[in-house]
Amino acid sequence: MPVDLNKLSELLNNKLKEFFGEKILSIGITPQNELVMVVDRDVIVAVCTKLRDDADFRFDACSYITAVDRSSLGIEPRYELIYQLYSTTRKHRMRVKAGVPDDDSVIDSVDSVWKIADWTERETFDMFGIVFRGHPDLRRILMPDDWEGHPLRKDFPLGGVKSFYFKRSTEPRAGEPKNLVPRVREQLSDI
Amino acid sequence: MSATKRIVELPVQTLESMTLNMGPQHPSTHGVLRVVLELDGEVITKATSHLGYLHRAKEKHAEHKTFHQFIPYTDRMDYLAPMSNNTAYVMTVEKALGLEITPRCKYLRTLLCELARISAHLLWLGTGALELGAMTVFMWAFTQREKIYDLYEWICGARFTVSYMRVGGVSRADYPEWRRMVRDFLGQYMKAHKEFEDMLNGNEIFLNRVMNVGVISGADAVSYGLTGPSLRACGVNYDIRRDCPYLAYPEMDFEVAIETKGDCLARYFVRMKEMKEAWKIACQALEKLEKCSSEPVNIDNPKIIFPPKENVKKSMEDLIHHFLLASEGFKVPSAEVYSAIESPKGELGFFMVADGGPKAYRLGIRSPSFINLGALEKMSIGATVADIVAIIASLDPVMGEVDR
Repeated sequence: MPVDLNKLSELLNNKLKEFFGEKILSIGITPQNELVMVVDRDVIVAVCTKLRDDADFRFDACSYITAVDRSSLGIEPRYELIYQLYSTTRKHRMRVKAGVPDDDSVIDSVDSVWKIADWTERETFDMFGIVFRGHPDLRRILMPDDWEGHPLRKDFPLGGVKSFYFKRSTEPRAGEPKNLVPRVREQLSDI
Repeated sequence: MSATKRIVELPVQTLESMTLNMGPQHPSTHGVLRVVLELDGEVITKATSHLGYLHRAKEKHAEHKTFHQFIPYTDRMDYLAPMSNNTAYVMTVEKALGLEITPRCKYLRTLLCELARISAHLLWLGTGALELGAMTVFMWAFTQREKIYDLYEWICGARFTVSYMRVGGVSRADYPEWRRMVRDFLGQYMKAHKEFEDMLNGNEIFLNRVMNVGVISGADAVSYGLTGPSLRACGVNYDIRRDCPYLAYPEMDFEVAIETKGDCLARYFVRMKEMKEAWKIACQALEKLEKCSSEPVNIDNPKIIFPPKENVKKSMEDLIHHFLLASEGFKVPSAEVYSAIESPKGELGFFMVADGGPKAYRLGIRSPSFINLGALEKMSIGATVADIVAIIASLDPVMGEVDR
């Protein structure tokens, strides 16, 4: 069933701007026919609660939470958090985005709004290093628990940095002379 | 000697509880899933999943491979329904480019996605039943799966990791003998499906092991982001094929399977009904495909999709296009899209940020198995150790998709 995005964006404009004012940075429809709203990171939990509970919107489910590292594009703030929302009752979808700078990469967790934030925010923390305030159990999920670095950042190379699992192989094995070429590959550039 | 490592210590709930490790190597965890169970006797008080054993950094690779080069990576995510993964990925790129695929390609993709759904649910049925002790169903389900694998092999050369879809079409067109093989398979499938139902639906042992096990309420399911059969088994009527239609689904006539109890048995019924509906959709898609079988299957844009190989050896422009596509790849102008399909496991979505180059700037993979598995901890509180096997089987995670 076709969803009227223009009407939805108008409703969002009217209802949210009266509550949050200039914390809603923009509401627009992309050329690919998707509704996108950019908000300030301070109000993310309040906005999401309103989107979930308000009768016109009813975004009772969040489909995906992730981030984009925009340092290669040169856009500030560096990280942009993406919340992809959908409604099981109204069948409409939208995206909420919030920018987070590099030096203060903290944002409130939306775990109180949707429980999906439990694992998806853990993954975003694991991959980007963004800390979610108020998350019940923020630890790494895909990488090993004691991994250093955040892989999906643009300055983390594809082949990984000198992994400490290979640290032991820099030691010469028994019976071998000491000045062999070290076995650890320092850094893999683009494959 | 060794640098200080920060090992995360998870608190143990009570001093009397026992911690049991259902390790990454386990015949019943559907791949490399590690679940640490805290038990009070036989009852689970807390189940913590540890993932990442199959993490292959696909999202990072997507930033270093061209759009075409990434297609084989999508095969290996939900490796039980590779056609679905391919379709979801190329649909995202096509959405960013604003491409419209041909009707024949739509019907072909719909047919293959529904065959993938039957294939993935057959594996769920076979391995799920096997883990609960019904070995006959496993053998029968895999007999049917082998037939689907033969169909895949005859259309693209590979049984498992097909890499069949391309941006703008498919790699090789279907042909009359293949359509006849699909018709033969669909003709004999319903009889086999009835055999599965006869074997399990009234089976007391099976019912006792899955009834009222792993219950989750509809509100919880929606909040945890559950999608697919697990969500519809809780009474939430949400199916992307019907609600945000894509490909040829607006023209197809099918029902959405809903159950209300939210336990493993409900998920079983939902998936069994989905297999029947997938068969219905596949039959309809095959009819429509037969009707437009003389039309071209790929779009007519050699700058995006590879020209036919015979022409590459004869025509200069096609040779140049082939060379440019193989070396540098087509460029996608700046765009940000999220496109989701109803894969057998749930909502499989790709979030793509394109920056005008031949590679994606960021590709986020919304994998249904990862998010469905997040609800495991909630579902397994109060279950026994024997039940956790049934719960994991009914959630149907594929670790390739969970860890990416």
